[in-house]
Amino acid sequence: MLERAHIMVCGGTGCTSGNSRKVLEEFERKLTEHGVRDEVKLIMTGCFGLCARGPIVAVYPDGAFYQHVKVEDVEEIVSEHIVKGRQVTRLLGSERTESGEVMPINQTPFYRSQKRIVLRNCGRINPENIDEYIAFDGYKAYEKCVKEMTPESVIQLVTDSGLRGRGGAGFPTGKKWLSSYNAKDDQKYIVCNADEGDPGAFMDRSVLEGDPHSVIEAMMIAGYAVGATQGYVYVRAEYPIAVQRLQIAIDQARAYGILGKNAMGLGHAFDMEIRLGAGAFVCGEATALIHSIEGHRGEPTQKPPHLAEHGLWGKPTVLNNVETYANIPQIILNGPEWFKSMGTEKSAGTKVFALGGKIMNTGLVEIPMGTTLRTIIEEIGGGIPNGKKFKAAQTGGPSGGCIPASLIDTPIDYDNLIAIGAMMGSGGLIVMDEDNCMVDIAKFFLEFTVDESCGKCTPCRIGNKRLYEMLDKITQGKGTMEDLDKMEELCKYIKANSLCGLGQTAPNPVLSTLKYFRDEYIAHVRDKKCPAGVCKALLNYVIDKEKCIGCGMCARQCPASAISKTDYVAPGHKLPSMQIDPEKCVKCGACMSTCKFGAISKK
Amino acid sequence: MSNQFRETPQQKKQLENVFKELKNVPGSLMKAMQKAQDIYGYLPIEVMQRIAAACNAPVEEVYGIATFYAQFNIEPMGKYKVGICLGTACYVKGSGVILDKVKERLHIEPGHTSEDMKYTLEATRCIGCCGLAPVMTINGEVHGNLVPADLDKIFAKYGD
Repeated sequence: MLERAHIMVCGGTGCTSGNSRKVLEEFERKLTEHGVRDEVKLIMTGCFGLCARGPIVAVYPDGAFYQHVKVEDVEEIVSEHIVKGRQVTRLLGSERTESGEVMPINQTPFYRSQKRIVLRNCGRINPENIDEYIAFDGYKAYEKCVKEMTPESVIQLVTDSGLRGRGGAGFPTGKKWLSSYNAKDDQKYIVCNADEGDPGAFMDRSVLEGDPHSVIEAMMIAGYAVGATQGYVYVRAEYPIAVQRLQIAIDQARAYGILGKNAMGLGHAFDMEIRLGAGAFVCGEATALIHSIEGHRGEPTQKPPHLAEHGLWGKPTVLNNVETYANIPQIILNGPEWFKSMGTEKSAGTKVFALGGKIMNTGLVEIPMGTTLRTIIEEIGGGIPNGKKFKAAQTGGPSGGCIPASLIDTPIDYDNLIAIGAMMGSGGLIVMDEDNCMVDIAKFFLEFTVDESCGKCTPCRIGNKRLYEMLDKITQGKGTMEDLDKMEELCKYIKANSLCGLGQTAPNPVLSTLKYFRDEYIAHVRDKKCPAGVCKALLNYVIDKEKCIGCGMCARQCPASAISKTDYVAPGHKLPSMQIDPEKCVKCGACMSTCKFGAISKK
Repeated sequence: MSNQFRETPQQKKQLENVFKELKNVPGSLMKAMQKAQDIYGYLPIEVMQRIAAACNAPVEEVYGIATFYAQFNIEPMGKYKVGICLGTACYVKGSGVILDKVKERLHIEPGHTSEDMKYTLEATRCIGCCGLAPVMTINGEVHGNLVPADLDKIFAKYGD
């Protein structure tokens, strides 16, 4: 029977962590209790994108978009909306139209500038049911390739579309495929890089969780184009839900005869399996990833030979990132001109960003290339919380750089970001406000790369360690102006001499913060101050003697007995105010969080 | 070593089944190690030796892989695995402070296990719930939007 309503509960990692599974179970129970279970289709979907307001529940055909849904809210949604047809407005978010009505979700600032190509099925279908993917033109692109196109024309079409690698480097995908096609061998491989290691980036995970079949289909297309019959998806082990859904998708595709010796009955063989990472950031690098799939330590090796000729087990290999693959079926179905109509001249299509940090609407957004950072932050992201000022956005994770507030109108594409010293990266976009210290952020990323360096080549292993030590010295207030120049020199040396992408890009966060926030470095070095108030060694807690009422709560909390009474009694107070001895203070901040009168601050 | 290796007959059987299953799979060494860790919770030297024999690799190679990847443990883990996310989104929202407070509370450094084998503390990489930053996980359960004051209540659930 045809259901009269569809209830979609978000099953992305963010919403799942916010208990959306329990919400789903409660819907099951309440719909049954109200006797309407047969009339309603209840679906767990992939990520809707607006993680900040999760768990999300959407009800169709009305298009109601419920936010922050708790288990206790389910009864009301079922009894009011499903049974009586009255939407529960208190859960529909705060956006209103001019006439005061609840704004349709696609017109809200978060969604209206977005263009969802890669994420088209996320939040629309049940990722654990292959029939739903098929119903939305699934596996049609593969069929079109095999029935109507030669492998050469498939590669040509991908080349014409201008699609570039979404893993960050932006290498033209068609060119990659062509090299593998040209390499003659009896066995070739298609590999998908789902080792999304950049902290703060979760685009690939959301695609695998929300629309795994699009990746399978794209890999089949790549297989047909270059002549490969076996695929591997390398997923990081931190993504259990993504792994589970991808495995379900592969099993279902096999059961339907879509994967197998005679894929979709069209005469070509293709099968694939998942390989799990085990927690090594360097495995996102192409050669390291290949070694890890082969079951070894994930250490990079020299290129060339390129993977296209000498990849997995020495065979020609195509390696693309999840998001790149997810674009392919749509490009095949809609044509290269359609794809090129979005984005900028040299960066066609869209890009998915994971928006995080100091921003109202944390979540997953997909925008046409060329959208400005201002649109992303102010419109889609809803601005900075607590009335703070935007300071910088960080893209490209530990390999990327910062975009300062002065460049907020830069249209985002591959070449513009490189030109300003940042990079597209895989798509993490972390927003920082005036309370974030840029020296501390650079140090944070360096600590990450030092930890994740595989240690094979000296510039990366030792160079980054020295760089980290210099940054640490500066945050301790012990740096010299000479250190800044030394750091710049070392950065250039590491970039030029490291073996793989990890080392070659590791100094980027330092270089870009030095370029745009040099005054902040100088404040740490010369004035021994951290303007953002982050670097502990440079902070002093002080008590405002006029505000202090002398209750002594802070002194009781102080673990270092650094707080004592003064002789001064402020006008209007009865007890003498307190003071902190900076010599004894360990800067734990316990006093400040205890004070009810706002008399303690850090300076 | 203070922790003597012990195993149940089921664990032994499970591991043998893993070897059978992976016999003809190319590049199966890491897969075997991952499954072995699922069975035992960590990779004792005795188990690494068996994996080496089954996959026809030197023990050194198995050990080399185990120490290369962050997710392999060669020491037994505590009953509760506490992970503080130090991904960028969490870090800019103060997860460093949370980590400091948890360190003080459990008296252990990241990567270590408390003497009573109750807690293992880890500073984890981004787990992807950036919308809930800063986050902490205890045996996979996610606690989000943390402030230091939340810790008392959370750890009370585990009897602390």
